[in-house]
Amino acid sequence: MNWSNISEFFSMGGYGLYVWGSYGVTLICIVGEILLIKNRHRTLEKQYGLTHDINKKETTHETTS
Amino acid sequence: MAINWFKYSSPASFYSLAGKMIPFFTVIAIILLAAGLYVGFFVAPTDFQQGEAYRIIFIHVPAAWMSMFLYVVMAFWAGIGLAFNTRLSAMFASAIAPTGAMFTFIALWTGSLWGKPMWGTWWVWDARLTSELILLFLYIGFMSLQAAIDDPRRADKAGAIIALVGVVNIPIIYFSVQWWNTLHQGASVSVNQAPSMATTMLAGMLIMVFASWMYSIAVILKRTRIIILERESHTAWVAGLQKKGTVS
Amino acid sequence: MLIWIIKRDLLLAVRRQSDVLTTLFFFIIVVSLFPLSVGPEMNLLRTMAPGIVWVAALLASMLSLGRMFSNDYIDGTLEQMLLSPQSLSLLVLGKALAHWLVTGIPLVLMAPVLGIQYDLPGDALAILTISLLLGTPVLSLIGAIGAALTLGLRGGGVLVSLLVLPLYIPILIFGAGAVEASMAGVGFDAHLSLIGAFLLVSLVFAPWAAASSLKVSLE
Repeated sequence: MNWSNISEFFSMGGYGLYVWGSYGVTLICIVGEILLIKNRHRTLEKQYGLTHDINKKETTHETTS
Repeated sequence: MAINWFKYSSPASFYSLAGKMIPFFTVIAIILLAAGLYVGFFVAPTDFQQGEAYRIIFIHVPAAWMSMFLYVVMAFWAGIGLAFNTRLSAMFASAIAPTGAMFTFIALWTGSLWGKPMWGTWWVWDARLTSELILLFLYIGFMSLQAAIDDPRRADKAGAIIALVGVVNIPIIYFSVQWWNTLHQGASVSVNQAPSMATTMLAGMLIMVFASWMYSIAVILKRTRIIILERESHTAWVAGLQKKGTVS
Repeated sequence: MLIWIIKRDLLLAVRRQSDVLTTLFFFIIVVSLFPLSVGPEMNLLRTMAPGIVWVAALLASMLSLGRMFSNDYIDGTLEQMLLSPQSLSLLVLGKALAHWLVTGIPLVLMAPVLGIQYDLPGDALAILTISLLLGTPVLSLIGAIGAALTLGLRGGGVLVSLLVLPLYIPILIFGAGAVEASMAGVGFDAHLSLIGAFLLVSLVFAPWAAASSLKVSLE
């Protein structure tokens, strides 16, 4: 166990800024990427719903006329 | 029984296969990540030379390896897509690019943050950092070319060509930067990790490497599924999916 | 066939004098901008001269890459060329060499004059010219791949630079490095032989890659 208490852990032997700076940015990048994919998926589903309905409307229209 | 190589190359069957694989890889990625961080921060001793700053290695090295490895994998799939005209491999290549670019950025960012305490400046024209920067340009070139072309088929093929040309150039760029760096002797002392690494440090780093592998596989499969949906929206099997409401 | 293509493109270029001159003047202006920004101090300029001239040559040759295929693409002759029985890579090689003759050679001839502006010693000027002479065809050949890929795309001009600049970096390193090495009295032949190697490799592979890119772009 290298650290006795929490504050020592965060100070990281004086290099806290650098270590947590890089870990923080990595976390942001990874979480950002996952959110981007989720968002892309949601817009896809929304857009999906539309295109799918349009297809349905069109097909019904053709059959009736 | 001949192996049917192309069974999973049809987007429909790959879609369901990927769907099953993603949770599996995500869980493994999380477990490995937790283990790697634990070993990295709590088991690995303090480095006699660099104190605690060396702990950045646990994300810098995996990110750097992943950025180079993913570019080669991307070029491989782009080449396969070009050669066999299989749409799915081209989709796979364009799914890999953003994750690879992200890892390159992380490698650059953590590299410069690690360089500050060790070499005294945020950015050092060290051969590896410079080639990593050029790799980022290659990724951006690939992604912007694919974004600029509307027709997906042409975008895949054009992207494949630039990826293959890029992958051929990576060793050339690396060695020319290496040569350039040694000529301008003003460069800094580069950090040599291998010899002075205690076993626990190495173990922590390797666990993180595998964690980044699992993470990349999960994310790339996820993005491939989305690209499949985007491109195959007109097909019947996707409409079928829609009815069942399982566009998960 | 190759000679025919080069002759044809040179004829087209001669008819449109402005293209040749714009690239040349762009090169001159860019090179002359640096002393204004960095200051007239001669020692500093002398050390920076190889890099400045080479980067300017890179940008100047990239500037005119867009026009390599686009004129033929617009009026349809490129499609005819694709359909012709001649091998496409030979045709692309001809176009790239014509582009080199139109843009590369003027840069090579102008470089020593600009080198004097930077007070480069005599032998460094010679090495600068030779390295540019060897390097600029590689720029045109690799640029042909970028031009073929971004044919007919909106914002193609910027995209070409984004695609092609990372691939120019080795040539830039060894081109500027050769001149610097000769100024420092260190052996420069390694650099020149490497640029020669790049030239030979790109002479073989670039036309083939550009030809397949053309097929992709024109499908």
